[in-house]
Amino acid sequence: MNKLKVAWYWCASCGGCEESFVDLSEELVEFFESADLVFCPVATDFKKEDVERLPDASVDVALINGGIRLSEHEEMVKLLRRKSKIVVAYGTCSSWGGIPGLSNLYNKEEILRAKYLDPPSINNPTHAVPAERTRLTKLGANLELPAFLDSLLPLNAVIDVDYYIPGCPPTPEVFKNALKALISEKLPPKGSIIGASDKSLCDECPLNSTKPEKILLKELKRPHETIADAKKCLLTQGLLCLGPVTRGGCGALCIKAAMQCTGCFGPLDGIADYGGKAISFIGTIMDYSPAEEEELERAYSKIKDWVGVVYKYTLPASKLGGRVRREKTKRQEEAEIDE
Amino acid sequence: MSSRKIVIDPITRLEGHGKIAIILDDEGNCLRAYFQVPELRGFEKFLQGRHAEDAPIITPRICGVCPTAHHTASVKALDDLYKAPPPSPALKIREMFYNLFMLEDHALHFYVLSGPDFIVGPDAPRAERNIVGVMNKVGKELVLRIITIRKRIRKMMEIIGGRTIHPVFGMPGGISRPLSIEQVKEIRALADEALSLSLITLEMFKKIVLGNKSYLQLIESEAYTHRTYYMGMVDGKNRVNFYDGLIRVIDPKGREIAKFHPSKYLEHISERVEPWTYVTFTYLRKVGWKGFIDGENSGIYSVAPLARLNASEGMATPIAQEAFEEMYESLGGRPVHYTLANHWARVIEMIYAAERVKELSEDPEIESKDIRNTNFSEPSVGIGAVEAPRGTLIHHYETDENGVIKRANLLVATQHNAARISLSIDKAARSLIRKGEISDGLLNMVEMAFRAYDPCLACATHEYGSMPLSFYLYDQRGNLKKILHPNG
Amino acid sequence: MNREWTPRIVAFVCNWCTYAAADLAGTSRMQQPDSVRIVRLMCSGRADPQFVLEAIANGADGVIVAGCHPPSDCHYQEGNYRAFRRFMLLRRVLESMGVEKERFRLEWISASEARKWVEVVRSMTEDLKRLGPLRRDEEGIKVE
Repeated sequence: MNKLKVAWYWCASCGGCEESFVDLSEELVEFFESADLVFCPVATDFKKEDVERLPDASVDVALINGGIRLSEHEEMVKLLRRKSKIVVAYGTCSSWGGIPGLSNLYNKEEILRAKYLDPPSINNPTHAVPAERTRLTKLGANLELPAFLDSLLPLNAVIDVDYYIPGCPPTPEVFKNALKALISEKLPPKGSIIGASDKSLCDECPLNSTKPEKILLKELKRPHETIADAKKCLLTQGLLCLGPVTRGGCGALCIKAAMQCTGCFGPLDGIADYGGKAISFIGTIMDYSPAEEEELERAYSKIKDWVGVVYKYTLPASKLGGRVRREKTKRQEEAEIDE
Repeated sequence: MSSRKIVIDPITRLEGHGKIAIILDDEGNCLRAYFQVPELRGFEKFLQGRHAEDAPIITPRICGVCPTAHHTASVKALDDLYKAPPPSPALKIREMFYNLFMLEDHALHFYVLSGPDFIVGPDAPRAERNIVGVMNKVGKELVLRIITIRKRIRKMMEIIGGRTIHPVFGMPGGISRPLSIEQVKEIRALADEALSLSLITLEMFKKIVLGNKSYLQLIESEAYTHRTYYMGMVDGKNRVNFYDGLIRVIDPKGREIAKFHPSKYLEHISERVEPWTYVTFTYLRKVGWKGFIDGENSGIYSVAPLARLNASEGMATPIAQEAFEEMYESLGGRPVHYTLANHWARVIEMIYAAERVKELSEDPEIESKDIRNTNFSEPSVGIGAVEAPRGTLIHHYETDENGVIKRANLLVATQHNAARISLSIDKAARSLIRKGEISDGLLNMVEMAFRAYDPCLACATHEYGSMPLSFYLYDQRGNLKKILHPNG
Repeated sequence: MNREWTPRIVAFVCNWCTYAAADLAGTSRMQQPDSVRIVRLMCSGRADPQFVLEAIANGADGVIVAGCHPPSDCHYQEGNYRAFRRFMLLRRVLESMGVEKERFRLEWISASEARKWVEVVRSMTEDLKRLGPLRRDEEGIKVE
């Protein structure tokens, strides 16, 4: 069997995907039996020019993790698309935006302000903000930075994506399964989510036997307000466990620690908007009639950040993509410093 | 003046994206090197509007390499926010978990990320400066043993924290659920092995690095020396503590100039913005920002292993203390200003972490069911700090009365080091690049200056992408499986 | 080209009550704004929040979900209950994503209430005219 030529690149990610890959530990051997890494800046001393020199479509699989947040990401993934036969969105950020996708509730200017102008520890008398080009007047050179884009985008908003591996991060098990799918004789249909389960988290949840046929709740709880019974379905305890609408495959790790599922494996097949589906599900378990509008409002108002609950990992891939009516902001200006 | 620019992009084997731009003059000499971090994600902004109790879930995504550091700093900020000190068993379990993390993270850095520079040798060809090269040098059995122990430590962390990457068990006032008796037993068994791993590492470090004169010269060379301030967290006896304590700052001569509770950090730390990088540079507020220069008049300081040891008077556990003394004797007393001594300090910290895990694992309190304090006060401000592997980490949240975050400020290890890293890179580039001679080895030396800090750029900018790791296994020539297959 | 801007409303209505009312309004030739596009569902309980989001993403300035009067008119017993609980939550989420409350309505309209249907459409159209278009192309948000 020919070895797969694999490239690996990261965009707006945290590195958890790579750590999880390393957690394969001795099983990495199997990975390297079936694959050669042709580009992977995390681990090996290869540079961008090495990729540029590769012939088009010469890489078998490009794994790309992290969402697209900077112009540089956009350029790199377009380059990798050209060089690769198969592109895989690796992990939840790349597939749906992930937690950094919550930044789509704000525009670029608000984000820059919160980082470079507003923090209580900032001392920034000239109101400097990172610029795409900084002119060094004495040295006569320019320093360039990639531009911060208006929104964080999932990978498939920028290039054509063949497969998706879910998880924040995908567990080593999920990665192994996905790899198997990629090297099998018959590839899965384009657009498939590979490596994880095709059933909901509830299906593999150790507490599933304690989940009643029908759940009806009068009250919702925020997790810090209660000490959960680790042996009983968390939903029945009023905690917003999103297991019923979330893809399984993680091994129910959070549940085993008595913490509710927050949805990091993303949507099941057939769900077009994860948050919409979560809202739909939560609506079915609230035990209030239309005559009890005020009471229902009170129950819902217990949760102060519904967007953060239902779209924690998928906002950029949602139907709305983020807050509607964010003002588009101007390009970052050029800067000049006396160096 | 005309000049040309070369860019090393991306810097490999470190966590986070990084660029080093080197400005050369017409003769090809380095005029100035800039360390640029092209990453931004905006955590400060999108934490706004989130439930405070979500911060320990959200902030680990700043960095998947040190998610435990963010999770723990965040949870400690929530203890403070709700004025709910956790019961003693919860604190001990958290601290044990935290030390397990420090241990495995340092091991990763030592063997995979920066180890190759030293163990294989800075002048070795690119293709050998990786984990495979390390194995060839120190023996496959040892490396396999280290990989196995690290894996077991991470498995143990998963059992305690829910997950290893992006743990979930920390809650304001304690942890989500107690440990089971079986779990406690397993932890106790693992603690001994963890300690032996650290001791092996120290022996190896001494043999390979200290036994080689040219390496020692490299450590002590002027190119990697900066006389700056140092910061680290200490216990009541001024000994290193990763989980809790006061933040202590010493000047370049080793004199204590500040010791403060993390909640007072704003009196001591400011951040500077430069338009050519997304990272901000922290400095000592009372000394002030004087540009990218070292010395007593410049507020630039350093964090991470060497800085932590410099800022303390010793280690709280016996074997680590011995190693601490040995290092300072060999390198001429505290403080040590050699950036590359970070590798040595890191090994000493591994020993401390392992000894501390052992102490805590033997404490009967970790079997207790008393793991949460839910007696909350109305929230408004919460500040929490830990020593992350890469240095002091501070989370600061301001909330409304419902515990919804209105403002978040995150000061992350690599930010504290960013100015000194810039100094290191600039100095190394100036002394190592001459007359246009930019060999592979020279460029790697520049990167080495950088990697000694174990910088985590994802953290530094909490803003972008990251890069973690490393693979132990990459080999261009493809004979990996032989090397790593356990028992042949 | 000085024509007044007309908002676009998408209405998800139940087959048994509200659709019949809208139909009756039409056959009775009641005067109503041409701002509404009707999607007929078997039950308001079938109005998945994802449909509403899809409508907004595709350019609706406002969305109506309408069905049979509670407590007991629903052809499927409790479909309208579900619609109600989902609507209340979806409206909250939409509001925190910048979609004003007035752009999303839940109404109970029986087969005979053609007049109520017309009134709902008319008043919502007016509200939307006051609010203006939900999104403009240049706003840099994802439009499928």
